Amino acid sequence: MFLALRELAFAKGRFSLMGAVIALIAVLTVILSGLSSGLVNDGVSGLKSMPVSAFAFDEGTKTDNAFSRSVVEQEQVASWSEQPGIEQATAMGSSMMNATTDDGTQVDVAVFGVDPSSFLSPAVSDGRQLGAVDGLVVSETMREAGVEIGTVLTMDRIDTELTVIGFTEGQATFGHVDIAYAPLSTWQLIAAGQAPAGAPTQQDINGLDFNYSSVVALQYADGAEVDLAAGDAAANTTSKSLSESFNSSPGYEAETLTLSMIQVFLYAICGLVVGAFFSVWTIQRKQEIAVLRAIGAPVRYLLRDGVTQAALLLMIFTALGIGAGLGLGAAMPAGMPFALEGGPIAIAAALTITLGLVGAVISIIRIARIDPLTALGGNR
Amino acid sequence: MSQQTQQSPAIHNPSNTDSGLALTDVSLELGDGAQKVRVLDHVNLHVPDGEFAAIVGPSGSGKSSLLAVAGALSLPDTGSVKLRGHELTTLSSKQRARHRLQDVGFVFQSGNLIPSLTAADQLRMVNLLAKGPRNFDPMPLLEAVGMSHRAKHRPGQLSGGERQRVGIARALVTKPAVMLLDEPTAALDSARSHEVVGLLAQRARDMGIATVMVTHDHGMLDQCDVIYEMNDGTLTRK
Ligand SMILES: Nc1ncnc2c1ncn2[C@@H]1O[C@H](COP(=O)(O)OP(=O)(O)O)[C@@H](O)[C@H]1O
Ligand SMILES: [Mg+2]
Repeated sequence: MFLALRELAFAKGRFSLMGAVIALIAVLTVILSGLSSGLVNDGVSGLKSMPVSAFAFDEGTKTDNAFSRSVVEQEQVASWSEQPGIEQATAMGSSMMNATTDDGTQVDVAVFGVDPSSFLSPAVSDGRQLGAVDGLVVSETMREAGVEIGTVLTMDRIDTELTVIGFTEGQATFGHVDIAYAPLSTWQLIAAGQAPAGAPTQQDINGLDFNYSSVVALQYADGAEVDLAAGDAAANTTSKSLSESFNSSPGYEAETLTLSMIQVFLYAICGLVVGAFFSVWTIQRKQEIAVLRAIGAPVRYLLRDGVTQAALLLMIFTALGIGAGLGLGAAMPAGMPFALEGGPIAIAAALTITLGLVGAVISIIRIARIDPLTALGGNR
Repeated sequence: MSQQTQQSPAIHNPSNTDSGLALTDVSLELGDGAQKVRVLDHVNLHVPDGEFAAIVGPSGSGKSSLLAVAGALSLPDTGSVKLRGHELTTLSSKQRARHRLQDVGFVFQSGNLIPSLTAADQLRMVNLLAKGPRNFDPMPLLEAVGMSHRAKHRPGQLSGGERQRVGIARALVTKPAVMLLDEPTAALDSARSHEVVGLLAQRARDMGIATVMVTHDHGMLDQCDVIYEMNDGTLTRK
């Protein structure tokens, strides 16, 4: 540390430049991590909050948009209920709809039709539980669009009117759109194209002969090992665990892949830039290192000193960058899919420091190859 | 002027190779194939404790190589290098590094100080590496070379002569048994050179250090006890 600290102080200018680059990389990692958490929340927070272990889609449904593409029959739901290890299986309907509120605000909703008496019925933070034929429980985040309890959402084109009776606990979005939970039978009325203009009634439902829904939601018994392949074979479905099913949320896979790729590049750049800096720095120090080695300084001491220096630089400026990134993140406009979460940010910081250190170590190892003889004489 | 100085007690028995630095029949070839050069050719050199020896000779004659071998920086192909009776050529590279740290004081051309360290820190660094006393105080040594007033200056703020004095003080931190100086006055004017070499010779004799100085500067030779000449790898006493 003796030499490392004095060199940091001596070459303040060079180290601050390098530090600024590290800090900017750290700012970017925070922002990217916030964006990725935000996009994940916007994309699948509704799915995440469901007490579901897996979803079964109709056999062979294309992964992308599978929630609205898939169609399952009541028999497939029944078949799944009988599978060993399945605590509960229930039908769920899903469709993306456009609607207009009382005051004319246009909103997009993902209408999830669930049986109000099933385990899918959402917990409510405000208002009433799902149950009324024309009642919706909507995502807490819809309040931002001016939606309140009692707000009537008129579905575009079919003019069916549904009334907000409750809000979920926290954000429930799917494919960047707020979820509106409706009773499964009401959803089926809409899906069958038999929903009347105005508020649907129990009579409309009684007259409906439509046994389809979109997917089967599965809940495993505690600690059960479920053979999804066997269940799929029996029910003619393709099932996916909850986290696998995220990729079936619209745009989810493309967004997360893009962001992951940017992050991977950023870490690679961090390693390369820090490596290049310490490579040049070590070459600049060649003469003094030769002198130190000629005097008898152990190579290990010099290596340790160099690596400590790199670690200090990386830790200090990553911390500064993370601080600045958090500040910037807090100032992000509300509509942006952005969420600062401790875990991902800690991982981003650790990766920045680790990759930077890998780059630095590869460059600093050069110290071991510097010939102490170069310290001697003019013509050497 | 050869062998005229008898102040040092160690010189009483000049043939006793258990005193000071002794190179016996040392040869070294560098390069390979057609480029192979015999840099040291059966060199014999004995510098007892407290003696100040000078080596002169044309550029490329092998003077730096001789210092490298004498200071256990490089190993000769054949021959023996002993310091106070201990053979150095059989040591591992780690042991040789420790030997250089503890027992050898190198003074390089133009000082070769560490740019980021103040004069005082140059000395502290060596003490730290050599695991010297925790309460090491660099000031007396800087005082001895007349540099205590520049203790907090970095090499960039020092003149050539001042850097060289700090370099000498640095070489003395571990109270070495040998001092090896490679053209220490090459960057200095003759007045400065005289001053620096005078300082060196005095410190070396006071501390009983066997000293070998390579120099181009014949003006320095009157301060030396013995003079050797290097020519194409062969060393002869003048
Ligand atoms: N690594 C090396 N490979 C081949 N030849 C070398 C090497 N280092 C030095 N030499 C040669 O060894 C000779 C002696 O070099 P050196 O000891 O530096 O001489 P001096 O210090 O007297 O000028 C020179 O001819 C030089 O070119
Ligand atoms: Mg030389």
